[in-house]
Amino acid sequence: MFAFFIRRVTQAVFVMLVISLIGFTIKQSVGDPLREITGISVSAAERDALREKLGLNDPFLLQWGRFLARALQGDLGNSFYFKRPALQVILGKAPATLELVFSTSLLVVLLSIPIGIYAAVRPRAWLARFFMGVSIVGVSIPVFLTAILLIYVFSVGLGWLPSFGRGELVTLFGGWQSGYFTSDGLKHLILPSIALSSIMLPLFIRLIRAEMKEVLETDYIKYARAKGLKPGRVLLVHGFKNTLLPVITVGGVQLGTLIAFTILTETVFQWQGMGAMFIEAVDRADTSLIVAYLVFVGALFVTVNTVVDLVYGLVNPMIRIAGRR
Amino acid sequence: MDRQPLLSVRDLEIRFRMRHGDLTAVNRVSFDLARGDRLGIVGESGAGKSVTGFGILNLVSKPGYIAGGRLLFEGRELTALPEEDLRQIRGNRISMIFQDPMMTLNPVLTIGTQMVETILAHRAISRAEATAIALDRIRKVAIPSPQKRLQQYPHEFSGGMRQRIVIAIALLNSPALIIADEPTTALDVTIQADILELLLGLCQSEKMGLILITHDLAVVSQVAERIAVMYAGTIVEIGPTAQVAGNPQHPYTRGLLGALPQRVPRGGRLNQIPGMMPTLTRVPEGCPFSNRCTLCEEVCRRRVPPLEPKAAGCLAACHLLD
Ligand SMILES: Nc1ncnc2c1ncn2[C@@H]1O[C@H](COP(=O)(O)OP(=O)(O)O)[C@@H](O)[C@H]1O
Ligand SMILES: [Mg+2]
Repeated sequence: MFAFFIRRVTQAVFVMLVISLIGFTIKQSVGDPLREITGISVSAAERDALREKLGLNDPFLLQWGRFLARALQGDLGNSFYFKRPALQVILGKAPATLELVFSTSLLVVLLSIPIGIYAAVRPRAWLARFFMGVSIVGVSIPVFLTAILLIYVFSVGLGWLPSFGRGELVTLFGGWQSGYFTSDGLKHLILPSIALSSIMLPLFIRLIRAEMKEVLETDYIKYARAKGLKPGRVLLVHGFKNTLLPVITVGGVQLGTLIAFTILTETVFQWQGMGAMFIEAVDRADTSLIVAYLVFVGALFVTVNTVVDLVYGLVNPMIRIAGRR
Repeated sequence: MDRQPLLSVRDLEIRFRMRHGDLTAVNRVSFDLARGDRLGIVGESGAGKSVTGFGILNLVSKPGYIAGGRLLFEGRELTALPEEDLRQIRGNRISMIFQDPMMTLNPVLTIGTQMVETILAHRAISRAEATAIALDRIRKVAIPSPQKRLQQYPHEFSGGMRQRIVIAIALLNSPALIIADEPTTALDVTIQADILELLLGLCQSEKMGLILITHDLAVVSQVAERIAVMYAGTIVEIGPTAQVAGNPQHPYTRGLLGALPQRVPRGGRLNQIPGMMPTLTRVPEGCPFSNRCTLCEEVCRRRVPPLEPKAAGCLAACHLLD
């Protein structure tokens, strides 16, 4: 297990290096660092002097090294628009996005597991067919259309749910602004979470159904029945536990997709998170903020995937043993 | 001692629902098994042996179903029992051993979990008591350091050890009957005899009935007191082992014996039955064996031969014997 742990963490570090390289390249080719610190009234000669002083004429690798060193200390440059460290801006927006992603994931997990298992056990039942039909439709409608439809029906039409913003927030320790603790905040979470889950949910239902169907055909399921175990235990402990491995892997990978789609969802729902911030940063050509976003999200993604893989190792006895040897 | 057999199978018929109508995999199979007795079911692959075995547990997988017949076990009619009552019999009064122990044991659960759950599914005892029973059964199948073994996963065991574990699981609730479906076929040849001997010894010492399913007549003659020979879903011959193996009546059984590798003189040609067992959709009318039988006559193609007494204690389904 320890060797497996080391191997996995090494991979994660390598991926982070690649991400930082991409981010830095973007910064080099698009952004002009001088713009962040100087006004228009600075002469060309002064600019050249400053350029030399900041090391902007140094070799690429050296500059990348400096970028890395600063990034490790939490310095991802300054946002041109906000006139503040980019990381600070992102951390201020992160809770909104993370809460949205978390409630979406929760929704996906809570719905896809029972529906997927049900559809695998009773593939011919009309309810199972209905779910599969809906999931095909769901997967083929673009997220922003789902979002607009939801707003149209539940906010404009029925007036049940708010259509934009995060509602009433509570400030937790560390300045985390949370919508989880007020009913207004929770109400505001509903539509964006449903919209965002509409891409993942069909995928997971289909994945769990397919994996579960395959597992239910195996000898060890038949054997579990022949041992006289209760049907629930056969299904969940013997069946579902074996589908967990592929589901966890796909889940880890899809988290990246989920974060990518927050950009769209947040924009439609005017959700003040990192995604909406990113679109604005692109509009304003706020290069440092764009790069900081990429690096931050990359780091988040890599961390989650590494943790997921380690959990996978815990669930799967084969990997655990292989690692121990 | 009660005179009633432990298991009485009467005219068991198992069909599979296929696109072009039903397919009869088990066709009016009947036999009795007395308490503590051992019956061998032999036949070529596809003869319907496994389906019969699962049928006894009323656990035929879809699209299969029991189309007719009766299964009387310990005075209860299994074909008519509610699912929950059947569950309480499976793994408790009747245990099953499958062919391939790597496919049988769940790869993500420890041996301990898979043993303890089998006990707790049938008895209201504590986990500690269940673990004690599990340890006892592991000792019975002669696996060293049982305590440590309980915490391991199936892939940490060799094939033979896995099948020993499966046998230990079968013993957990002290069943009256074990159905072993080709328990040694997937194993290394060198350990097949050991596993068979272990199973036989346990059945004798624990006074359990055994139905041993195999395609190997030699294996079954070592273990069983009675042998049933299956062909294309039907029993073509059934009787005491000495009779069936020593003085076979049905031409198919004779062919099967001739095909036994041990009987072939060195360098001699294997006396095989010509042709192959028909697939269930192409079973000939009349005697199912008629198209391969070297003795086949007119009547064999017209009428299905009934299973009738032919020699001492032996029933065979053949028109040409009297
Ligand atoms: N799941 C199934 N679907 C359709 N037919 C089946 C199925 N399982 C078994 N059968 C039919 O039953 C016959 C007997 O199978 P089986 O009992 O497994 O043979 P064996 O004697 O080798 O154990 C097969 O030849 C096949 O035609
Ligand atoms: Mg078989």
